[in-house]
Amino acid sequence: MSTESLARWQFAITTVYHYLIVPMTIGLSVLVAAFQTAHYRTGKPEWDAAARFYGKLMIVSFTLGVATGIVQEFQFGMNWSDYSRFVGDVFGAPLAMEALVAFFLESTFLGLWVFGRDRLSPRQHLATIWLLATGTVASAYFILAANSWMQHPVGWAFDPVSGRAELTSIWAVLTNTTQLVTFPHTIFAAFMTGAGVVLGVSAWHLRRGITSHADGAMHLRMHRATLRASAVVVLGAGIGVSAVGHLQGQVMTDQQPMKMAAAEALFETRSSAPFSLFTIGDEETLDSRFEISVPYGLSLLAENDPNAEVLGIRDVQADSVTRFGAGDYVPTVWLAYWTFRLMIGLGAVSMLLAAIVLWRQRRGRVLADRRLLKVAGWAGLLPFAANAAGWIFTETARQPWLVYGVLKTEDGLSPGVSTTEVASTLVGSTLLYAGLGFIALRIFLKISRQGPITPVSDADPWLSPPDHRPDPEQSAPEPALVD
Amino acid sequence: MLPEFWFVLIAVLWAGFVLLEGFDFGVGALLPVLSRDETDRRLLLRTIGPVWDGNEVWLLTAGGATFAAFPEWYATIFSGFYVPLALILLGLILRAVCLEYRHKVESSRERAWLDRGLVLGSALPAVLLGVALANWVRGVPMDAGYNMTGSLWSLLSPYALLGGVTTALLFTFHGSVFIALRTTDELRARALRLAGQLGPAFVVAAAIWLGWSLSLRGSAFAAVLAVLAVLAAVGAVLAVRASREGFAFLGTAVTSALLPPFVFACMWPFVLPGRGTPGLTIEAAASSPYTLKIMTVVALLVTPVVIGYQAWTYWVFRQRLSRPPVSAVDLRDDVAVGR
Repeated sequence: MSTESLARWQFAITTVYHYLIVPMTIGLSVLVAAFQTAHYRTGKPEWDAAARFYGKLMIVSFTLGVATGIVQEFQFGMNWSDYSRFVGDVFGAPLAMEALVAFFLESTFLGLWVFGRDRLSPRQHLATIWLLATGTVASAYFILAANSWMQHPVGWAFDPVSGRAELTSIWAVLTNTTQLVTFPHTIFAAFMTGAGVVLGVSAWHLRRGITSHADGAMHLRMHRATLRASAVVVLGAGIGVSAVGHLQGQVMTDQQPMKMAAAEALFETRSSAPFSLFTIGDEETLDSRFEISVPYGLSLLAENDPNAEVLGIRDVQADSVTRFGAGDYVPTVWLAYWTFRLMIGLGAVSMLLAAIVLWRQRRGRVLADRRLLKVAGWAGLLPFAANAAGWIFTETARQPWLVYGVLKTEDGLSPGVSTTEVASTLVGSTLLYAGLGFIALRIFLKISRQGPITPVSDADPWLSPPDHRPDPEQSAPEPALVD
Repeated sequence: MLPEFWFVLIAVLWAGFVLLEGFDFGVGALLPVLSRDETDRRLLLRTIGPVWDGNEVWLLTAGGATFAAFPEWYATIFSGFYVPLALILLGLILRAVCLEYRHKVESSRERAWLDRGLVLGSALPAVLLGVALANWVRGVPMDAGYNMTGSLWSLLSPYALLGGVTTALLFTFHGSVFIALRTTDELRARALRLAGQLGPAFVVAAAIWLGWSLSLRGSAFAAVLAVLAVLAAVGAVLAVRASREGFAFLGTAVTSALLPPFVFACMWPFVLPGRGTPGLTIEAAASSPYTLKIMTVVALLVTPVVIGYQAWTYWVFRQRLSRPPVSAVDLRDDVAVGR
């Protein structure tokens, strides 16, 4: 493989992995803050138990997010130094702001939240979790502003003397139209992910029913409350993702017509374009052979007009050649097409599951519906795959551009870095990440199965003796999450 | 003017990183040396538990600030120091995960493995940072596009290796003094004894390395910083002898915080001196005046707030940590580990 392919694979693997974790952390931190607020306001023990229980899962997730995030901060310089040289004046600013504003906030207040229970007032302690949650969301804002600039560069000018892109308006970069739709889309999806985890775990515990634990009844109340809350969030955030996603599709059609055409495998420009559900096509000849589609769907999606004309791959390719010179401007169409569908489909299924859970739980009927509780666990997994699919789509369908219309991916590499170096860090990071993922998943499942621990203790989490209670799940069925 | 200001500011970020993460690395690397049982290990790690992550962000911010203020510098060093940086990242990842997850696994065997990862993850960056900093002072061969051209082995000169030894000794010395300051009784005494051995070794290594650095690329200002750093370290050694860990920590903190500014003072007016060629200057590496202006406003607004809440964190967790009464300790783990 060429250095370029290896560097791209490395970026893809480390980023997709990192972004399996991050949305869960963002979503869980906001939910834990909400649970703790509910306890602060109502004094109900089940909210306290919920905040502590899901707080533990958030820490597991946060740790892995931090560990894999370090690579992200440095990878641009390691494998993509010509990119960094060319865009650093613009792209570096949001990255530095992310570290300064968001990373410090989330990391410092995580420490205070975890270890500060017996040293802070309840009010101060509640403030620390909200500051932590604010940090995670702010972090997303800055890094998405940086990414949006790669999708749709604004607020910059080419300086012929320095030969690089230079920032002309930070305001334009931070309020890029792409960013204004990408940020809510991504944050809503993160809420779906965090809430999906809560939904899955709650459903699993509810399926097991009441335990012999002294607080068993309270635990049951807690799982019912979190099931309901998380289903509301999955559904509500899902509606948010879809609504913003629609706007995003229109921005994308306008700014990156090739990406929309690839997402639809729309080879020829046409008006009243249908939204394709399934296509078998030929990438060599740019022809589709067989497809199932919703009439007028794509025209509606892209332009809010059933008769609107949507540009096809051939025309965008021809147009790109006139604008940017000879070259292949077509991304990997099958990948764009299927990841786009996977993203939407998986998101829709988890919304549907959440809606069914909400409907069934009105009179407590959900507790009797063991099959639904089992299936609901899957709602916890789907958003992860949907996030990954969405990012694979948005990044690969921008190719061959690294910065759309400005810098090609092949021109961004590090000239001095050898293929061996990239190959060894690619293999090394993949193995390391796989190992860490295995450990993290085991811990995550162990804590999930263990459930809330009551009576609650404010004792120091690292100094108190390990919890040696026998694992109540040892003879119980496997959780729905791994069924 | 602004590029020089940012050069200084990035030196300050590095200083914050070495000052704070220095003892985190030290505590992690010394874990097997200073602990006798699982309770010891918990106490030792708990000294950095609430703060290590916030401390690490100083490095991330230094990296981000370098990207924003000196893209050319960021691109050159991160691609040029590819292998050492990859190993430092490996260390940071291992340390983060092992440190947090060791408290979440059930079996003592798993915990022992995670502890090995933690020790490696702390020791690796402690050595490699010194190697990297030494190469910054010594200068590296670069082509006209500022791409580093030397091989990996050219980074491992005796001078650079001594740099690695110096930072490793500094971090473990700083870490042992920090432990003495944060614990009581037996652990404190053990940490003080170890600091008494590491301190003099560090002073000798630092004196040679700093002198060597000055002979390679000296300036009067750098010499002043070097002398102050050594004096502070000597003060720390004397304070350790007198069992005054508060003053000793002040000394190791000053030494740690002076190390990056010393390196930066040696490099001035370059962000990366060349070998054969003059090197990459502050001016040539800097971002546009507009970007620097924006970043200056953000940094001046946010940095004091960050220092404020981080200082508050240390205040909240100021209490020394002690072993609980024997009866309250669950010793099963230690039996299982087979100590």
